[in-house]
Amino acid sequence: MDSRRASRMVIDPKPKVRQVGFFTPGAPPERTKSSPAESLSSPPTSDMSPAGNSLSPVMIPPPRHASDNLSSSLGLNSSRVLPVPVPMSPIRRPSTGDNLNLPLGSYNPSESLLGTSLSPSSGFDDEGLSEDTSTSGWFVRGNPGKVASSFPSGGFDTTAMKSRNIPVVSNLTTVSHLLTKRKKGGIAEKGGTLVEVQHEQVRDSKLKEKTSKAERRALQEAQRSAKAASRAEGSKTAATSGGVTAANAKPAKAKASQKKEGSSVASSDRKGPEKDRKKDVPHPRMQFDDKQRVEKAKRRAVVKQTEARNRVELFRHLPQYEHGTQLPDLESRFFQLEPMHPSVYKVGLQYLSGDTSGSNARCIAMLQAFKEAIKDYTTPPEKALGRDLTAKISSYVSFLIECRPLSISMGYAIRFLKNRIAKLPLTFSETEAKATLCSDIDRFINEKIILADKAIVKHAVTKIRDGDVLLIYGSSCVIEMILLHAHELGRQFRVVVVDSRPKLEGKALLRRLVSKGLCCTYTHINALSYIMHEVTLVFLGASSVLCNGTVYSRVGTACVAMVAHAFRLPVLICCEAYKFHERVQLDSICSNELGDPDVIAKVPGREDVDHLENWANNENLQLLNLMYDVTPSDYVSMIITDYGMIPPTSVPVIVREYRREHLWM
Amino acid sequence: MPDTQSLVNDFVIKLKRRKVEGSHATARQTAELLRSVISQQRVPYTNQAGALIDAVKAVGEQLVAANPVELAVGNIVRRVLHIIREEDISLATNAIGGLGLSVGSDDEDDAAKDDHPALSAAAVAAAFRSTLRPPSLHALLEGVPDSGAVPHASSSGGDSEGKSKSADKSTRSRKLKHDVIEAINELIQDIDTCHEQIAEQAVEHIHQNEVILTLGRSRTVMEFLCAAKEKKRSFRVFVAEGAPRYQGHVLAKELVARGLQTTVITDSAVFAMISRVNMVIIGAHAIMANGGVIAPVGLNMVALAAQRHAVPFVVVGGSHKLCPLYPHNPEVLLNDLKSPSELLDFGEFSDCMNFSSGNGAPLLHVVNPAFDYVPPNLVSLFITDTGGHNPSYMYRLIADYYSAEDLSLQQRPASGN
Repeated sequence: MDSRRASRMVIDPKPKVRQVGFFTPGAPPERTKSSPAESLSSPPTSDMSPAGNSLSPVMIPPPRHASDNLSSSLGLNSSRVLPVPVPMSPIRRPSTGDNLNLPLGSYNPSESLLGTSLSPSSGFDDEGLSEDTSTSGWFVRGNPGKVASSFPSGGFDTTAMKSRNIPVVSNLTTVSHLLTKRKKGGIAEKGGTLVEVQHEQVRDSKLKEKTSKAERRALQEAQRSAKAASRAEGSKTAATSGGVTAANAKPAKAKASQKKEGSSVASSDRKGPEKDRKKDVPHPRMQFDDKQRVEKAKRRAVVKQTEARNRVELFRHLPQYEHGTQLPDLESRFFQLEPMHPSVYKVGLQYLSGDTSGSNARCIAMLQAFKEAIKDYTTPPEKALGRDLTAKISSYVSFLIECRPLSISMGYAIRFLKNRIAKLPLTFSETEAKATLCSDIDRFINEKIILADKAIVKHAVTKIRDGDVLLIYGSSCVIEMILLHAHELGRQFRVVVVDSRPKLEGKALLRRLVSKGLCCTYTHINALSYIMHEVTLVFLGASSVLCNGTVYSRVGTACVAMVAHAFRLPVLICCEAYKFHERVQLDSICSNELGDPDVIAKVPGREDVDHLENWANNENLQLLNLMYDVTPSDYVSMIITDYGMIPPTSVPVIVREYRREHLWM
Repeated sequence: MPDTQSLVNDFVIKLKRRKVEGSHATARQTAELLRSVISQQRVPYTNQAGALIDAVKAVGEQLVAANPVELAVGNIVRRVLHIIREEDISLATNAIGGLGLSVGSDDEDDAAKDDHPALSAAAVAAAFRSTLRPPSLHALLEGVPDSGAVPHASSSGGDSEGKSKSADKSTRSRKLKHDVIEAINELIQDIDTCHEQIAEQAVEHIHQNEVILTLGRSRTVMEFLCAAKEKKRSFRVFVAEGAPRYQGHVLAKELVARGLQTTVITDSAVFAMISRVNMVIIGAHAIMANGGVIAPVGLNMVALAAQRHAVPFVVVGGSHKLCPLYPHNPEVLLNDLKSPSELLDFGEFSDCMNFSSGNGAPLLHVVNPAFDYVPPNLVSLFITDTGGHNPSYMYRLIADYYSAEDLSLQQRPASGN
């Protein structure tokens, strides 16, 4: 979808505007008419052809790339080079079998990279090879005929294409001559290979690691040659087509891009938006059933972690350690932990002991600690502040992760901070930079958490009417604020505090509410369907709201929402927008956090419940202390956030539209 | 007579103080009590069955009033009433048919009392029912009224006894009581062995590598799971702990002792885990006539979660849990509110309780119900000692165990007096 959308952008000469809603693209049909060759050669599957490609209802291409694509597609002399197909004439193709082992039809760019770089047997000389590899991944060599025929669904007729393509091909052949000259040979030997040069503006970091110095030089060279090729192509096409306007250059290009799609490797089109979006896609989380990586992580670990015994099979991929052992160990090593800033260290201990919980509290504690650390930071000699501080923050973060897995809100805050560091002007002195960062952190806390909470309270209070019975679950600070504010406003309502084991957070909340004079009913989560009869409105907090509208929250929230849904009660989720996340999740198993299983065996205040003492000695018995669960979006009536009250389906809009700007603020 | 009265009073007090809990224990003790009541009840020559029924009803009413939530008491009282009626009818048919069956069932040896007479009574009752209830195809087709059966069906009450009693009163009076006590013994045995009978069906429902979720503790469920385990099925059990009584811990301990793979989860994690569960098996407190279930608190939530994920929700329970009543507002009317101290310690919130403020009403309420009502549409299957049944079939099953006249225990004496 993405690639196709982008390919359309390459072709479309019209300037891109924000197009929202259903509409029929005006340009493509005309173009199809104007170039019969293209329509003829276009494969029968309509989605393959860029012309027949209808847009998705909401399409907001990032403006930067749109303009880039536009300028180059118009055949202007753009400094940037876009996908330039350089098909060699079939005559010059040496019919070697080694082209066949090239990765044709592979959608995976890394795979194709691998394929090219790992095929020294393909008879190319080393220079050419290195050039190709360094031109970053999207490279494909192969002869056009092969490509076309090797792609079954493309439906290309090789001969037809050749015959129709003759002028273009010949042009391109000359281009390739040019190219060859510039490249001091090397490519000449691999005549007949379709070289689609493409380079990315944003380079994979992985790739960067891989490229050696020589390769980088080669890369530059390839880029230069590609540039030249594009320029040459532009002029040549214009020349051959005579008086035909630049619009006529498009079919060739369309053809090329289409061919690329046919060969399925080209992926040049994916470049812009894809790259950009890739940044959004959260990093794959550490899977703790991957032995190698766990070992690796262990070696780096600051906190001594012993694997818990009797683990639940279903949750092998989540970390679970013996609780209680880390804390004394960490405390005793306070003075040995050289690189750790004391404030960060303190926060880590608080996480570990559970003194700081709740995603807002944890996030604020972490940011404050980072602020302290930044204040005390001095750039070591011969190092750049940006790089070094980022590394430092990263080490702090990994320490905190060892203490307790990050909450989603913290992930966002960390990303924000790193971004600010990266965006620091180089001209800033160290003090300036530090002051900027500190004020940024303060602003983040203020805007994203404190003011956001205020906004949420303002919205939510409008939903509370006299005589309401509100059900709340667990202990969410924003919901507490809402209740207290409504009470201050003089609304007459009752609160049902539902609590659950093992944390029994509701008790503390109940105490605070009762001491403020609110009328409360306290009960266990099991009694939900008993108490739900009296309830008129359900307020729930959230640890995060995911992009598919599911609510990631304290375990039990899903149960509450489900029972409320069964009783046809509105379920309002209160969550600050900074906790929204791009991730999607369908169940509570794939990503979760495991708490200390021992707290399940012991029931505080109930000495008679001691049936599970020494549970760890029996390997058949496991205790599972899940921390979070996922509430399906259909149980959620409304999400109250600082941007207003939205349905769960609008979460991705907030994530993509609003937050983007704020991250770069 | 004073002897039985003191027994009854003892039991009533026990019920009131919730000293006897759990449907199995209550059912068993009720049956035993009624047996002694019947055995000590002096029977008049005329209308013996009526006298027995009245005596049982009077006791039953007291028992039910003692703990109306413990539906097993009422169930057993009704079962005993039904037994009396059935025995009476079977005797009547015996007398009418002049069958030689009396020879077999007449011996009053204790050795033979276990199965023989009861079996004969059951067989006769079954035969009686089969002649009575379903009209024959012939009768249906021809439109001929079933002349033999109809009068009998209507004459289950007092008047049929009057006719037949003229034959041989002395033997019959002893025989009726004897047969009833035999049948009650049978009933007690049924209550005791229902676990095994249910557990026998376990292998038909649990397959290899199954993941089963249960909440709280039920002996039936435990036996059910263990029976499957003994048949070399290996499966995994998630046990929700069932706060605030934490019976799940006990169940987990028992299951682990039998070598089952057990995982204890909190009640709040039920929704999170249910997507990986193949079957929910729970024990019931009572099974209502509409197929709804009165179950330990929290199970409605489990049932809803199971329905959401299309996980079969299986209720196991002996036939003594079948209640012939249709529930009305069962969440409130058939519920028991337990002590709040299970949730909050006494005095934990005394500092927050300021009764002088406002209108004197306490700011804090604590709700701790004991039961949940699971509506029939959330139940996939009932497994009783007679096999598996749909919720919609429950009313039919109940018709086999109870007489329609006994459904309301209070009304009869009220109208009679």
